[in-house]
Amino acid sequence: MSDAISKASPAADSVPAPRSGDDRPFLSVRDLTVHFDTDDGLVKSVDGVSFDLEAGKTLGIVGESGSGKSVTSLGIMGLHTSERARIGGEIWLDGEELIGSGAERVRRLRGQKMAMIFQDPLSALHPYYTIGAQIVEAHRVHNKVDKKTAKKRAIEMLDRVGIPEPHRRYEDYPHQFSGGMRQRAMIAMALVNNPQLLIADEPTTALDVTVQAQILDLIRDLQKEFGSAVVMITHDLGVVAEIADSLLVMYAGRCVERGSAEQVFYEPQHPYTWGLLGSMPRIDREQTDRLVPVKGSPPSLINVPSGCAFHPRCPYADVPPDNITRTERPELRQVGDGHFSACHMSPEQRDRIWTEEIAPKL
Amino acid sequence: MAAYIIRRVFAAVLLLLVVSAVTFAIFFLVPRLGGQTLDSMAAQYVGKSPDPDVIAAVKKNLGLDQPLYLQYWHFIKGIVVGAEYQFGPDPVTCNAPCFGYSFKTHTEIWPQLVDRIPVTLSLAVGAAVIWVVSGVAIGVISALKRGSFFDRISMGVALAGVSLPMFFTGLVVLALFGNGEYVPFTEDPVAWAGSLVLPWCTLALLYSALYARLTRAGMLETMGEDYIRTARAKGLQERKVVVKHGLRSALTPLVTIFGMDFALLLGGAVITERVFSFQGLGAFAIQGVTTADLPKVMGVTLVAAFFIVICNLLVDLVYAAIDPRVRLS
Repeated sequence: MSDAISKASPAADSVPAPRSGDDRPFLSVRDLTVHFDTDDGLVKSVDGVSFDLEAGKTLGIVGESGSGKSVTSLGIMGLHTSERARIGGEIWLDGEELIGSGAERVRRLRGQKMAMIFQDPLSALHPYYTIGAQIVEAHRVHNKVDKKTAKKRAIEMLDRVGIPEPHRRYEDYPHQFSGGMRQRAMIAMALVNNPQLLIADEPTTALDVTVQAQILDLIRDLQKEFGSAVVMITHDLGVVAEIADSLLVMYAGRCVERGSAEQVFYEPQHPYTWGLLGSMPRIDREQTDRLVPVKGSPPSLINVPSGCAFHPRCPYADVPPDNITRTERPELRQVGDGHFSACHMSPEQRDRIWTEEIAPKL
Repeated sequence: MAAYIIRRVFAAVLLLLVVSAVTFAIFFLVPRLGGQTLDSMAAQYVGKSPDPDVIAAVKKNLGLDQPLYLQYWHFIKGIVVGAEYQFGPDPVTCNAPCFGYSFKTHTEIWPQLVDRIPVTLSLAVGAAVIWVVSGVAIGVISALKRGSFFDRISMGVALAGVSLPMFFTGLVVLALFGNGEYVPFTEDPVAWAGSLVLPWCTLALLYSALYARLTRAGMLETMGEDYIRTARAKGLQERKVVVKHGLRSALTPLVTIFGMDFALLLGGAVITERVFSFQGLGAFAIQGVTTADLPKVMGVTLVAAFFIVICNLLVDLVYAAIDPRVRLS
């Protein structure tokens, strides 16, 4: 079964082999900026984000609504179609730079080399076309195959993502599917061309908790099978806890902490990450106190707070001397092997607060 | 799908019966509730100087003195098998389908309706084709190039088009190009089209302006939907995203509006027919109203109602074909 799927049909507009001798990681994002020119001012949705992702690995991007997670992923996919979007930086996918490439080139990669699944599968699927027709369409954009072959492939994919009676369900419309089934169908559609990069934008947010686990398992299984790189975007640390190899914590369009999943979960080096961990329900430990939300609300992306964007909500804003948190923006600094944090506090101060005040309460 | 169609057709037939009953009530029941006597009602069916004997004869022959349900029954029966009126010395036959008989002009109503339906139909169909094609095309381009020069100009013109009354644009067109006589399609299709071009364009201007604005608004909304982003994420060509995924959804609400607009026009494009001196249903209705010839007015009313019910039925069926979610409910 899996063999049949991994052997994709011959590509029509096939992607040329990556330039050799380039030792960049499979996906490398360098200083990505996505700004929107609005009547109220320049919205800096993403303001200088960098990360790397190797094939077969999973990166989790976490943060609140409006932190720039989705905008980052849409930027990688080249899906910012608004004329008001200003995109800067570099995105290297398999040795090819995407931001400088033409729109037509990126379109050919979309759905073929990189694919995306979205938050709400009901609104993300077209209500007027059958599930089967939408998967067939995704396959035939990039593969010159006849309808019969494409249909066979679509049914194969529906079967693979665990939809019972795929022959019959192929003819169904999205509204005839349950929420979990719809997300499975979305995944089937995204994976129909064996993309090497899968971006999942809050894929489980609209689903029941039991279905969430099934969908995450499915994504993990498929990733193992296809060896693709996965970017998992979520505001729920619980979702990425078991699936991500590395984590990127975003706040106000910037990366505030980046590291391996172990580092970020067990030795977090940023007060915002502490806040996120504190607001996460844990079933592996005895419940002692109420969950603590991160106080305040996400900042405006037009008038980002001066200095550290998190300082108005940070309980430790006055720990560093000279009011520096309000005047100077903290750079992302290495705090461990592959572990980065953007915080003005000294490593000693952070270690002390983490071990004495935060960790015992989690 | 078959069950759905049967259900809709059945509902449409039922609706037509209700419409006929309501129409009947408006012409025969409401006046009596309003204080009219049988004599004064009968007097409406004869000339201006009512002779009491004639009025009595009309009253009896029309069955105005019978119970209402019997009158309605005769009315419906007349439509199916025809009717015969004892008017003066000679019996008058009104062949099926008998939609009434004008005692003022001594004519059956149905043949006159049949004469006029093609005129109104020609006017409405031609204009509809023009306004749908031009309105949708302008609307789509405006939406895709929002804020562009084309968008601003066409939306400005559209606003003017919506605001200008038909009798004004019609008169301007008449003054510029003069008037032609209506030529039946069966006589000479080319001359038919030629005789209709001006009324078509005049009528279409109003509607295409409206449809351009509606299409533009619908496209702007649809192109922001999540499934459009999904279509792009598949790597679909932008042209396909716009037409196959965007336009198809954006046009759905237009189908409903078009059904109503078109149906109303089929009941008579009153002003257009008047301006261009076309003898269509609208002109016939005006004639009936101004001469207080009730059977004429009632005949047009029934035909117009028939068109509206039929168009609504078609809209429902088209809707079910477009939107699969409708079929379940």
